[in-house]
Parts: sequence; C-alpha cells; structure tokens
Amino acid sequence: MTPLTIELPITEDDRRIARYTAAAIALTVAEAALPSPLPGIKPGLANIIVLVVLLRYGWRDAAWVSLLRVVAGSLVIGQLFAPGFFLALAGAVSSLAALFLAVQLPRRWFGAVTISLLAAFAHIGGQLVLARLWLVPHDGVFYLAPLFATAALIFGTINGLIAAHLIQCAHEAKAS
Amino acid sequence: MKAVLPDDLRDLFSKAGYSNSWYQYVKAGDWLVLLLSGALVVLSYTLLWRGGVADRAIVKRDGQTIIEISLNSARKTSVEGPLGTTVIEVQPGRARVFSDPGPRQYCVQQGWLTRAGAVAICAPNHITLQLNGRSKASYDSLNY
Repeated sequence: MTPLTIELPITEDDRRIARYTAAAIALTVAEAALPSPLPGIKPGLANIIVLVVLLRYGWRDAAWVSLLRVVAGSLVIGQLFAPGFFLALAGAVSSLAALFLAVQLPRRWFGAVTISLLAAFAHIGGQLVLARLWLVPHDGVFYLAPLFATAALIFGTINGLIAAHLIQCAHEAKAS
Repeated sequence: MKAVLPDDLRDLFSKAGYSNSWYQYVKAGDWLVLLLSGALVVLSYTLLWRGGVADRAIVKRDGQTIIEISLNSARKTSVEGPLGTTVIEVQPGRARVFSDPGPRQYCVQQGWLTRAGAVAICAPNHITLQLNGRSKASYDSLNY
C-alpha cells in the first residue's frame, strides 16, 4: 500500500497573505489587551492591515487576510465560537462587502480615508444587525448605535490615515 | 518581528514618520465622506437618544389605558386600583406618582419622570405611568 501524499503547493500569494495576516493577528492580540469603555468599541487596528492589503493587492487578498485574522485572532485570544467571534465575523463580512464597493470609487477623489470610513460603518452595521437578531432580540441594541457610530467615525478616519500613510511610504520606498 | 512582518510592511514601518502632514492623505471626496459621516453620527444621536420631548403622560391599569394627560398644565389625577387610590401628579413637562398604596413605594420613589419613554410601575396596584413623546418608536426605560 503506497502512502497517500497530498502536496499542497504554496504560492507566493499564500506566503504574502500569511504574513500580512500574521501582522493583523498581532494587532488583534495587542488590541485585546487595551481597556474599552464599552464592549465592542475598539480601534480595529487590524483593519489598517486589511486596508493596506486591499489598496496594494486587491480585494481578494484583503478578504483572505480579514477572515483569517478573525478566525486565527479569536483562536489566540480564546474567543473562538464565543459570541464575540461571531460579532467579529459579522463585522468583517459586512465591512468586506463595503470594501468591495468602496474600491470601485474613483481613486482620484476618494482615498483610504473614505474606504476606511465606509468599512467601519459597515462593520458596526453588521454587528448591530447580528446582535439584534441573535444576542439581544430587542430594538434596545440600537440605542447604542450612536456610540458605535462615533467610534466608527473616529477610528475609521484614523485607521484610514495610517493606511494612507503606510501606502505612501511604500510608494516612496519603491521609487527611491 | 523579522519572521512575522512581510518585508514590504517592515519597510513601511521603518519609513513611516517622514511625511509632512496628514492632510495630504485626505482627498476631496474623503472630506465629503467625512462630512456626511459626521452628519450621520450627529443625526443618530438626535434620532435615537433624544427620544422626543415627552408631551403626554399615559396612565394604565392592567395594561389598559385609563387616562391620557397632556404635560402642558399642572394637575393631579386619582386612579383606582385593587389596593386603593394611586395619585398621579402632572406638571408642565413632567409627571410622577404622587402616592400609591403599594407596600414598597418603588414607583413613588422614582420621582419625576421627564423623558419620553420613561415608566413608573406600581405593580401591587396594577398601575403604570408612562411618558410618551411625539416620535413613535421611542425606547422605554424598561426595555433598555
């Protein structure tokens, strides 16, 4: 009986996605240590990585990094399949949908800040809808929406600026 | 970190900090989106938190509305429940349970209700006092 060997070819894409995902997971773990005034209000630093990947390598890679980050990140902080995991997943999926649309915007007028903001709002939107349907089956969750929206506005802008800065630096590094 | 960070990302971090101003990253459309988002956030506060100014008090017994009082003028109203008389006091913009025959007096101690959606419940006497605003979908203080 010959042993069955399954070769999984590893492409350069895989390595790149894995490395960016690792960076995103590191940020997720670091962020989990930060105190938060309200569960769910977080800077979402890992999204900076997702934005950089999106703008440099496209939506497909960004989706990989984002979803792998959610799964592996919650595995690391011991949240896998806990409610927080599904909320993070809902946020990631809805913000990926927003990212898909946002990158179609003319780049001449709309930069990383717009993309980041749209993703941030989609993120809280997805989370609130899931929380309403599943965790808190009452419209009371929407009472918190203004707080989440404020956080999305602030952190979406900051993350977008940081992502834009990193991409700008990448261009300069390439040019020089 | 060398093994973790992609080479180009490490490059980015080492180069970061040379830029002159953050403004250069905000394009015309970004300003527009920022402005609209800010407006959206402000709107969400006014829509979801203001709850509308309370403009009438609703007194119910066993879930049935007994009387609706507008919060425009001061008056006192008595409502009969199984234990006795509950007195509701209304003043412009606010209302309270003035007295209640219930043993623990929770609804009396709640004091003045001012926000739309606020509720005081005198459970032993089956009476509730609730404030309503103009906006229909206001959240009440019970459910949140």
